[in-house]
Amino acid sequence: MITWRCRNLTFRYPEAAAYAVDGVSLEVPHGACTAVLGPNGSGKSTLLRLLLGVLQPLGGEVAFRDRPVRAWTRDAVAREVGVVPQGEEIVFPLSVRELVAMGRYPHLGPWRREGPRDVDAIVEAMTRCDVTPLADRPIATLSGGERQLARIARALAQQPGALALDEPTVALDMRHEMAIFELLRDLGRRGVTILLVTHNLNLAARYADQLVLLDGGRVAAYGTPGDVLNRELVEAVYRWPVRMLHHPGPGPDEGVPQVVPLGGRP
Amino acid sequence: MTPKRAAVGLAALAALLALALVFSVRFGAVALDARAILRALGGEGDPSTVAIVQGLRLPRAVQAALVGAALAASGAAFQALLRNPLADPYILGVSGGAAVGAVGAVVLGWSGADVWVTPLAAFVGALVAIALVLRIAVIVGHALDTRILLLAGVVVGAFFNACILLVLTFADVESFRSAIFWMMGSLSSATWTRALLLSAYLVPALILLLGMARALNLLAIGEETAAYLGTSVERTKLVAYAAASLLAAAAVAVSGVIGFVGLITPHVVRLIWGNDYRFLIPAATLLGATFLLLADALARTVAAPTELPVGVVTAFVGVPFFVWLLRRRGA
Repeated sequence: MITWRCRNLTFRYPEAAAYAVDGVSLEVPHGACTAVLGPNGSGKSTLLRLLLGVLQPLGGEVAFRDRPVRAWTRDAVAREVGVVPQGEEIVFPLSVRELVAMGRYPHLGPWRREGPRDVDAIVEAMTRCDVTPLADRPIATLSGGERQLARIARALAQQPGALALDEPTVALDMRHEMAIFELLRDLGRRGVTILLVTHNLNLAARYADQLVLLDGGRVAAYGTPGDVLNRELVEAVYRWPVRMLHHPGPGPDEGVPQVVPLGGRP
Repeated sequence: MTPKRAAVGLAALAALLALALVFSVRFGAVALDARAILRALGGEGDPSTVAIVQGLRLPRAVQAALVGAALAASGAAFQALLRNPLADPYILGVSGGAAVGAVGAVVLGWSGADVWVTPLAAFVGALVAIALVLRIAVIVGHALDTRILLLAGVVVGAFFNACILLVLTFADVESFRSAIFWMMGSLSSATWTRALLLSAYLVPALILLLGMARALNLLAIGEETAAYLGTSVERTKLVAYAAASLLAAAAVAVSGVIGFVGLITPHVVRLIWGNDYRFLIPAATLLGATFLLLADALARTVAAPTELPVGVVTAFVGVPFFVWLLRRRGA
């Protein structure tokens, strides 16, 4: 089964000279983890927004669960897909529990109160993301890593079949970054489809089943980590010399390709 | 927030409003005791007391409460829409736009024809103002930059003030008085008709905003997040901007421009109970009503027999509060 499918997708921001997304076709299979990679400005976030239906493409089409994404209402999508977008600036006081509880909104509509099932979903999402001890803390007092985990918990409280994350581990320390990738792997085992935008090639190679490498809005490569991460391709897309190694193990990632950028001016 | 905590909070605020209402009816140029007021409400006792209570004090108190309620709900909605704790219909220039609309209706002689026309003209003025503020902010830079929005509000407010001054220059004495009234804000011409008129706008707009409370919670975090959590962002924004502008316009149409109520009251609620709009909208509405009742009681009595414009009292409270907020945010 295919969760997202797009064909010949093009998009250009108003007043921009170049296409941000230029003829992209791909499939995001159900129950697998797909990582979208590429240099800054290669169209990763734009592609994600097009797939999620918050941007309308100039050309091509997006199907979510075999139905055109524009035929879905926003709250119907929100019951199926949890999204962790980049930066939110929270200017009003809000506790972690209140933030996570917002994940239930798509299931409640404007007037209905939270019932026991909603409370269960909130508690479970906070437990899975290890933010239960932070439940009553204001978001403003959290560290970057804690805040990101709280936002993922909000997406999980939606009890979605698919999760989309836009650079969820940017500016996080190693421990928090690994915790988030392990969480994603765990969710994947439970059958949640994961669509991830990231700059971390090595973790993407380890944790994703499928990689999409974008360059200037086009798909430079698309396939398993072993297919996509080869030296010529990575050097061409990132315009920097690299060597390829393999994960030394121990652990489940033994033998996975790993990219090491070389030093010295190219 | 638990339903129980919310119920206790709202009950406390309602009790506070009831107390303020009694207080406001009691004090004035003639101080009355509670028994005399109760009897006067029933139409008994000294005829002049009955006239003061039923014809002057009570309609004025009710109108003050309704205006305060409308301004507070409007401010709360603008703050969520703009993700800006400093937003308020007065600071955004929306009240000024509404005043121009109302003055226009008065000068053109429409208001005499139909008492419902003035608020509609004020509504048009308010919509023009908020559209101008957003447009200027977009042209200058990012629409949601706090400082740019506030500057745009100041500029638009100044422009509308100039419009009123222009009208003043060519106006006869009667229009001159009314223009002063719109610019300073006053509850001295309160009547039951005006109070009724205001509630006809207030109640539907409040119900609309309450129905959008969850969407406003989400918009206060970010438009993209709101969309991902099921909100039709553009439609919600359109309806919420219209409701917030309508509330401010209706308040201005009956009482002129009164500042800072919409800034202060949502923040006091936030400090005590947090930012959940399902609670914040009704709570700020009750607190706004209480605040303006007390401000008006003070304005009537502090320099008696001279009456201060109520906007002076709200500004004396509101300006230090605004500065405190600005410092706390480091904006």
